Formats: sequence, structure tokens, C-alpha cells
Amino acid sequence: MTPALNVEGISVALGGREVLRDVGFSLAPGAFCGLIGANGSGKTTLLRTILGFTAPSAGRVTLGGAVGYVPQKLQLDPDMPIRARDFVELGLNGHRFGFPFPSRARRARVEELLSAVDAKTFADQRIGELSGGQQQRVLIAHALIREPKLLLLDEPLANLDLRAAAEIIALLKRVAAQGVAVLISAHDMNPLLRAMDRIVYLANGRAASGKTQDVVRTEVLSALYGYHIDVIRVHERILVVAGEHGAHGHEHVAAIP
Amino acid sequence: MFEPYMLDAWIVATLVALAAGCAGYFVVLRGAGFAAHALPMAAFPGAALAGLLGIARFYGLAVFALGGVAGLAWLKRAQRPDAATALVLVAMLGLGALFLSLSGQYSNAVYALLFGQILGVGAADLPPAFGIGIGVPVVLLLCFRPLTYSALVPDLAATRGLSGAGLDLLFLGLLAVTSAVALPIAGALLVFTLMVGPAAAARNLVRAPLPALGVSIILALLIAWAALALAYLTGLPSGFFVGTLSAAAYLAARLTRRLSP
Repeated sequence: MTPALNVEGISVALGGREVLRDVGFSLAPGAFCGLIGANGSGKTTLLRTILGFTAPSAGRVTLGGAVGYVPQKLQLDPDMPIRARDFVELGLNGHRFGFPFPSRARRARVEELLSAVDAKTFADQRIGELSGGQQQRVLIAHALIREPKLLLLDEPLANLDLRAAAEIIALLKRVAAQGVAVLISAHDMNPLLRAMDRIVYLANGRAASGKTQDVVRTEVLSALYGYHIDVIRVHERILVVAGEHGAHGHEHVAAIP
Repeated sequence: MFEPYMLDAWIVATLVALAAGCAGYFVVLRGAGFAAHALPMAAFPGAALAGLLGIARFYGLAVFALGGVAGLAWLKRAQRPDAATALVLVAMLGLGALFLSLSGQYSNAVYALLFGQILGVGAADLPPAFGIGIGVPVVLLLCFRPLTYSALVPDLAATRGLSGAGLDLLFLGLLAVTSAVALPIAGALLVFTLMVGPAAAARNLVRAPLPALGVSIILALLIAWAALALAYLTGLPSGFFVGTLSAAAYLAARLTRRLSP
């Protein structure tokens, strides 16, 4: 089976600084993968490289089909005269020039996507007035309307409360079950633990990838960070903790989200 | 007020309102309010210089307004602070004052160009007015979806091959020629209100994009016609009525939305 995404040994330098070094992984259709790392670990850079916004200095990215992208947050004026359904439709034809004649087929397709993400109840509201979770749903419908093989999401859970986050994860799980590879960036892996079957863990510009239980282990993460890391499991949650011996022998303990 | 000599004024006001109502929708959508205020100011000395050289006012205005687009694009690329842009605008205003005083038609002309005087519109203003009254809405409708998409989510639009900078330049160019034709009617300082007022009011009245554009155009037409009639009846500058009616339309629309469930 052709992978939905194949990243082969990419390195990316931004402003003379090497942000990613020899990062490689591959996603099969239907994979549900977390892209985990602290702020500044290169998650956004990796997503931008997959999207083609940033050119890697080495390596290459191969896509199995169209890519849907869900940005972190919409920054919109709440007065903007764009309803949720108009926004979803832009995913289909937003790049097209020509008179914007309405079409019945397009409207039906938009309707289909709105119900797929449970957004029908607020489809006629201005998108700027929707809550964070509702906007995420609309953004996901907008990305899915072109039937992508790969869905990239940039910190979709960052501004959501626990319940909204759980709903979005359940929705994305359904999307993956239909054969779309889903790659979600997050600084905290815990909300995704039950849903994800793969993980790409970024630290120090390098990546470890594979099944979650194979990657989130003391040996693997210690090698990635370059110093000793403890992986602690508490009540089905995972804490990744750095125990570092400083120059004066004091122990610095910091939780790495 | 419907005498034959007023016919040109009615036609020009109608065409300008069509273009301004349409361009204004995108001014508000794309957050280009500053450019919409800046371009007429940049165009102002063009009218004065055209008077000095004895050529048609529109050409002077259009050249200076398009120069303003290039200037704005350059200042944006050079990441100049707002202060530099504001100083350039004030300098343009001063330059216009100089040209006007050199041409010896100082006070009346300044008054008409800064605050608008539609009763001074003549047959020479008709061709450019027809050009923008039809051309600007047609081009904007053809670019309706890309202009909307790139304004809402530039990142997503870029993934579909839309260049934000290219669309910006196209839009500002249309804004420049619209300003050039609308300036004598609404005035350099007030033409901005004819674009922003109706569009800002429209988005409070309707939620969907195309209906909002339609309402914006209708409000711009009503405001332009009312301003022309009131200017004729009172002898006051049309720009005053354009400005106050636009602001009133916006306030009324906000109030309507606040009061409706």
C-alpha cells in the first residue's frame, strides 16, 4: 500500500539555525499519529515543510494524494459576513476565479461535510462568533471537502476545554477510520494517548517515531534529548521528566510536556 | 434637482456608489481601511497638478493614486513604521496645497477636493465614472472567492496556490482608480466613508457573503443619492452628507443587530 505520507531524512534550516535534522517517518492510510514535542521543537516547521511552504535543505517529502490542513486558530473579526457553511465551501472553490454562482451540487456536498463533523446546528452562524471547538469542526470540514489522503492539524486541542478536545479527537478518529491518515501536532500527548496508534516525537530537532509504546520509553527519549529522561506512567497518563545534573551537582527537575 | 444640467451628477454619483459599495465590501473584509483612507490622500495632489497643467482631473488623480499603491506596497515591504507612512501622507496633502496655490484657484478648489462637491461634476467626468462603475464590480466579482479566501485564511489560500501579495496589489489598484473617480464627489478626506460605511453596516445586517455585498452596494447607492439631493437643496458640500449618512447607516445597522434576537 502506498503511504499517505513519506518523510525521508529531511533537514530544515531557518535563519542559519538547524531546526530539523534528518527527520524521517511514514504514515499509512488511516494512521492516527501524534506529532509531539515541546514549544519550539520544530512541530510547526515540520508541518510547513510537508505542506511545501518551507523547502528542506536535505531529504524529501512524498505525498500519497491531496493534503488537508487545519491551522491552529482562526483570527477573525466576529462581524465577518461568512457563515460556517460559506467557509466550508471555500475549501472546495476558494481558489477559483470567476463569478461566484451558487450550485446545488456544491451545496449538497457542503451539507454532507457539515453533518459529518456535527456542525449542522451552527452552519448558518457567522464563523467569527463560533466557539473554539465549533471553529475546529468547521476547519476540519473545510479541509476534508477535497477528500485528502492526509489531514494535518496544527495544535487543534490547544485552546479547547477537555470536553471539546475529546469530541474533536473522536471526530478525527472517525476520519482516520475512513482511510485518511491524520497527523496532529500537540505539546501534550496525554489527551491523544488512547486515540493515536503512531507517534512522532520531536526533540533537539530530531525525531523518534513508531508505535507509542515503542517510542515513549526512557532509553529512546534519553537518546533523543541527549540526557537522562524518565518516562513515568501515572493513572494512564505519561509524564516525561528530565533529571539533569548541573555543574554544581544540584539536580534540576523539569517536566517536559 | 432633476434639471438637465444635474443629469451628469446623478449618473456619476450612481456609478461611483456602485464601485465604492463593492470595493468597500472588500476593504472591510480584507482589513484595508488604512489603505482606503491613504489612497485618496495620495491622489489629492494629482488633481491639483492636473489643474496646474490644464489636463483632465481624472488622469492626475489616477496617476497619483496608483503611485500611492506602489508607495504603500514599498513601505510594507520595507516594514516601515506607521509614522513614516503617515508622514508621507501629510506630505502629499501639503504638496496638493502647493499645486493648488500655484494654479491660483486656491480656496474654492481646496474646499471641493478635500470635502467633495458633486455639483461641480461635468461631462468630462462621465467616461472614467462609467469605467469604474462597471469595471470595478465586474473585476471584483470575478475575484470574489480568491479575495475572500486569502483575506480570511492566508495560509490555507496559499496551500491552494493563491498569492496574498498579488491579490493585495490587484485590490489596491482597483481601490486607487475607484478613489480617483470618487474623490471629487466625496472629497479626499471623506471618500473613505462612502466605502467603509455601507460595507460595515451591511455585515451587521446579513451573515452571508454575497447578500452582504448586495446590501453594501444598495446602501452606498442610497447614501450617494441622498447626499446629492441634500447637497443640491442646502448648498452644503456633498462630502459632508456622504460622511454623516455613512456613519448613521453603520450606527443604525449595529443597533438593529443588537436589538434583533
